[in-house]
Amino acid sequence: MENQLFKVVLNHSDEIVRLWMDEVYKNREKDYTATISNELFESTNREFVNVIFSSIENHGQTNGIENFAERLIYLGWPLSYLTDGMQVFRRVTVHYILKQLDAIDVEMCMEIISGVDHWIDPIINQLVNEYSGSWEHTVSLQKLALQELSAPLIPVMDNITIMPLIGTIDTERAKLIMENLLNGVIKHRADVVLIDITGVPVVDTMVAHHIIQAAEAVRLIGSTCILVGIRPEIAQTIVNLGINLEKFPTKSSLKRGIETALELTNSKIVSISDNQQGIEEILDSLDRERGK
Amino acid sequence: MDFQSCVTITKEWDIVGARQLGRDIAKKIGFGTVDQARIATAISELARNIYLYAGTGKICFETMDNLNSKGLRIIAIDNGPGIQDLTQVMTDGFSTSGGLGAGLPGVRRLMDEFDVHSQEGEGTEINVVKWLR
Repeated sequence: MENQLFKVVLNHSDEIVRLWMDEVYKNREKDYTATISNELFESTNREFVNVIFSSIENHGQTNGIENFAERLIYLGWPLSYLTDGMQVFRRVTVHYILKQLDAIDVEMCMEIISGVDHWIDPIINQLVNEYSGSWEHTVSLQKLALQELSAPLIPVMDNITIMPLIGTIDTERAKLIMENLLNGVIKHRADVVLIDITGVPVVDTMVAHHIIQAAEAVRLIGSTCILVGIRPEIAQTIVNLGINLEKFPTKSSLKRGIETALELTNSKIVSISDNQQGIEEILDSLDRERGK
Repeated sequence: MDFQSCVTITKEWDIVGARQLGRDIAKKIGFGTVDQARIATAISELARNIYLYAGTGKICFETMDNLNSKGLRIIAIDNGPGIQDLTQVMTDGFSTSGGLGAGLPGVRRLMDEFDVHSQEGEGTEINVVKWLR
């Protein structure tokens, strides 16, 4: 039976392709591919139908589908183009075969449908797998990229280190922040570490709780933590929430945080030009002494 | 009063989605940056409570447009275990999860209206409103 079907479909492939093309064009008007040029749409359709037929001919043993799907993914065609196309192909083929037969009973009809499904379903599965595989790949890459951004620690001066935080803080990231902070403080021998939350969009109790815990842990290993970059609206929500941030110093900007950090480490930034002036004054006075 | 949209909370990142949607709606209504931050924080607390204690639930938004006032209503609904003692959870510093215990009392202070219904074993519905001034 299956071989018979096989022959019918292959012998009348031109007819089926024509019917399929008509259907696909009809669908086109109402959907996503409207922005694609006619030539490209036409050639992609041809290729698509060739891929389907070569898969049927080779009993699914072909890597044409893989290559085709890969190229469409690369060009950004939606998956629905392929699934719609396959559904249309199934409908057209079943219709066509049924029409060729004079007398049909239910059993035969069922057999034809399951025979066609047998060709179509593996192709659909493979296409969907290719697409979802590519999405998963993208997501995992982005996750990695995000992780790399998540909690950097920057030593700026002897004993002073900054951790700038940008974006939403979730449980996983909070854990990373804590680990990096403690490791970094010990590695850089920091006396003061500044946590900059300018780029954190929302500070709720969970975020505050993690920051408080991190600051407490930093205190335990003998350093001081300063929370900087508290925007006015964040300050108001923290007050409304009733969160107590009294245990460690907080500052509005990184600049003021560094000033405090310098005070805490007994250091000072001195402008060189001022210094030179001082030296010149001394030389001047020496000259004057000599002149006397 | 028209029902706008809901965000289903099932994983931690849904909290961010709910917050983003809430902030966008608040911006559209005309709230300033401080109130936007308050609303986003309140949504964050409510959504996190759903995620932590009930597992799944949803956050719904509704714009309020009366003759003399505009506002945003946020409804957090879940079918979780419910709240045993309402007075206790509304006390600052009470937490069953080792957190700060500022969530619900904080939300009450962030918003203008606060209403909580909870049935043990059946779920919780929290209804808060922020008015545009």
